[in-house]
Amino acid sequence: MDISALLLSRIQFAFTISFHIIFPAFTIGLAAWLTFLEACHLITGERIYRRLSDFWMKIFAVAFGLGVVSGIVMAFQFGTNWSELSRRTGPIQGPLLGYESFTAFALEAAFFGVLMFGRDRVPRWAYLVACLMVSLGTSLSAFWIMVNNSWMQYPTGFSLTPDGVFVPTDWSAIIFNEAVWTRFPHMVLAAYVTSAFCVAATGAWYMLRGTAVQEGRAMAVMGLRLAAILVPMQLGFGHLVGDFVHDRQPAKFAAIEGRWNDQQPASEILIAWPDPANERNRFEVAVPYLGSIIGSMSLTSKELGIKSFPPEDRPPVAISFFAFRIMVGCGLLMLALAWTGTVLSFGEGILKARLFLVATASSFPLGFIATLTGWFTAEVGRQPWVVYGQLRTADAVTPFLTTHEVAITFVMIAAVYALIFGFGVLYLFRLLRAGPIPANEISLYATNPKRPLSVPGASPGVSGAAPLGE
Amino acid sequence: MVEFWACVLGLSILLYILLDGFDLGVGMLFPFAPGEPERRRMLASISPVWDGNETWLVVSAATLFGAFPAVFSIILSAFYLPLFLMLAGLILRGVAFEFRYKSTTSRPIWDAGFVAGSYVAAFVQGTAVGAIVQGLPIANGIYAGTPFGWASPFALFCGLGLCIGYALMGACWVAGKSDGALRDFCFRILPGLMSALAAFLVAVFAWSVAIRLPVLDRWMERPVLLLCPLLGMFAFAGLVLAVRRRRERFLFLAGAVIFLAAFATLAGSFLPYMLPFSLTLWQAASPHASLSFLFWGAGVFVLPLTLAYTLVVYFVFRGKTRETGEY
Repeated sequence: MDISALLLSRIQFAFTISFHIIFPAFTIGLAAWLTFLEACHLITGERIYRRLSDFWMKIFAVAFGLGVVSGIVMAFQFGTNWSELSRRTGPIQGPLLGYESFTAFALEAAFFGVLMFGRDRVPRWAYLVACLMVSLGTSLSAFWIMVNNSWMQYPTGFSLTPDGVFVPTDWSAIIFNEAVWTRFPHMVLAAYVTSAFCVAATGAWYMLRGTAVQEGRAMAVMGLRLAAILVPMQLGFGHLVGDFVHDRQPAKFAAIEGRWNDQQPASEILIAWPDPANERNRFEVAVPYLGSIIGSMSLTSKELGIKSFPPEDRPPVAISFFAFRIMVGCGLLMLALAWTGTVLSFGEGILKARLFLVATASSFPLGFIATLTGWFTAEVGRQPWVVYGQLRTADAVTPFLTTHEVAITFVMIAAVYALIFGFGVLYLFRLLRAGPIPANEISLYATNPKRPLSVPGASPGVSGAAPLGE
Repeated sequence: MVEFWACVLGLSILLYILLDGFDLGVGMLFPFAPGEPERRRMLASISPVWDGNETWLVVSAATLFGAFPAVFSIILSAFYLPLFLMLAGLILRGVAFEFRYKSTTSRPIWDAGFVAGSYVAAFVQGTAVGAIVQGLPIANGIYAGTPFGWASPFALFCGLGLCIGYALMGACWVAGKSDGALRDFCFRILPGLMSALAAFLVAVFAWSVAIRLPVLDRWMERPVLLLCPLLGMFAFAGLVLAVRRRRERFLFLAGAVIFLAAFATLAGSFLPYMLPFSLTLWQAASPHASLSFLFWGAGVFVLPLTLAYTLVVYFVFRGKTRETGEY
């Protein structure tokens, strides 16, 4: 394959968005988790909820900061690398992304300060409200992003001018896009499940190490029980998203299924090795009839294969196929862990089940992997269109961009990201390793609302009570 | 509607220049501070606000994309390389605030990132203004230049000028926020910065005349514009006076008025063009349906809220900064 400015721009965008999505996936869930903890604390008055909340607040602050920093680059990439996309879809995407910036800033910035700074300065109910508002802000931000992305997946409510500019004709059709109502919950649930498993894994880790056992147990039990409810919901919404793809993006659906020829009734391929060069699978394990059942809830339906679409309209099959299977695999693994853990949690079994705790502790990245591969499935499957059926990715790139330019900026951004995220993850790990402040210590906070990355206790050898700047 | 969003865009850019200008300036002066305690105080003077200041860059970009996508796509793609350099600089600068206190051995990296990021961001912004004023090559609504098409000597000179201007603002700000050795340091460097800025302004004016900058024609058509440089001169005189009498509280105000005058001069000399002289506000604006959709939520509700929030933060963190970094 030629290394073109287009290909490099796509890789660059995929790189920055993949780096970025990790942090929102974490913070959307953590914000809700913190709200939940604060509500529990307010209602029951149990100190443990407060200690958990204090602990996860520090993690949240670092992850939030990294999410904000990594998001800035993406906003600019729309104009730098995809200037034709910006010019032509600007009247629609501009306001949507504008709302994202405006609402996210207004809610998050204002109430994040209270969260970091105001624990002892505002009434407890007001603190809970601040948690709720930050949570709302992160979800609202995700909502606008999903509205925007869903419009690109399923463009509605517009007309085209002669020079190819998309003009909005019906905003409600754009916002209340058919795709949004399954894809937005799917994304938010992904964030919740990811965070639930981070919490449960951290708890299991503490239990195994024998440190902060009380908090660790609470984290593991709460995280797993939450996941036991959330994961099935997530699978349900995933299925609804699948239905949408089946009906509206048949080429993507065929690629995900790894189905080359039309089939009636269709079988469902579980494992295969797609071979795009010869338009077939080299090896496959398939279940008869299941493909028709999953696709159309019937035993006899005809399901389209990729060969029904002209070669220039086909998405990359192998990436869609494998990404989807990794996502579902992680989902099923999480389901098994969550349900096993929930059963074990009624009783003392969870303390003795070391093997289960090891499995849970190592499940930390599962949610992130599933979220990432889910995005790969959605975005790669949409190719070669950037606005599905309307604008090809190849026509959206900045026309005069040279390979050298993209290569230079890519190396630059990758180096900067590697540096700051290397250190950021190191600080997150140190926070997690240090664990919650033991129950008998009083927490003395000296945090600054406008400095999300500044959290006491993050420095090596500096206690949680150390003031900043020392 | 177009006028409203043009005003919003102008306001957010102006706020960005005034606010992030001084904290970028502090970053540029950082290596010249007398010692570590002074450096900490300099950082402490901008720590509570820099993040909010930088947000105005995001607000400006969002407004530009939301309301004037044509200009957004031209400017961002035309300044491809320098923009990425600026973003890398801003990111490094942003994390430096936090990481420098968390590290012992890697502190030089973060300090270097903080300083370099400040210079790069200021220089790129100044260069962009210079290149836009000079006129970008545009054909069929698309930038038609080379990757370094923006890098004319005039534009680069403007980049240098903005660095001087921001550094001056930084010195004014720190002087107002400090006392003792740090304030003395500011008053020591201010005369130099002021002469450099004055020299730059004279030189850039002469240069504009020499290369027959098209915006200059507008001055003949609109003599009223002369009020702007006049206001700037008054502010400059005020600044000189304030430095002489060591009235540090008036320094920043005077500096801000100089920038306001420069901004108004610039805007006045090419409005209603957004990109002189190829794209007017109306040609660049999104369709009415997009602008009004943005207006009823973001314009009426969120923007005033953001402004109010900014004011509150500045009010809360008013007064002199202490060294410890606890606010």
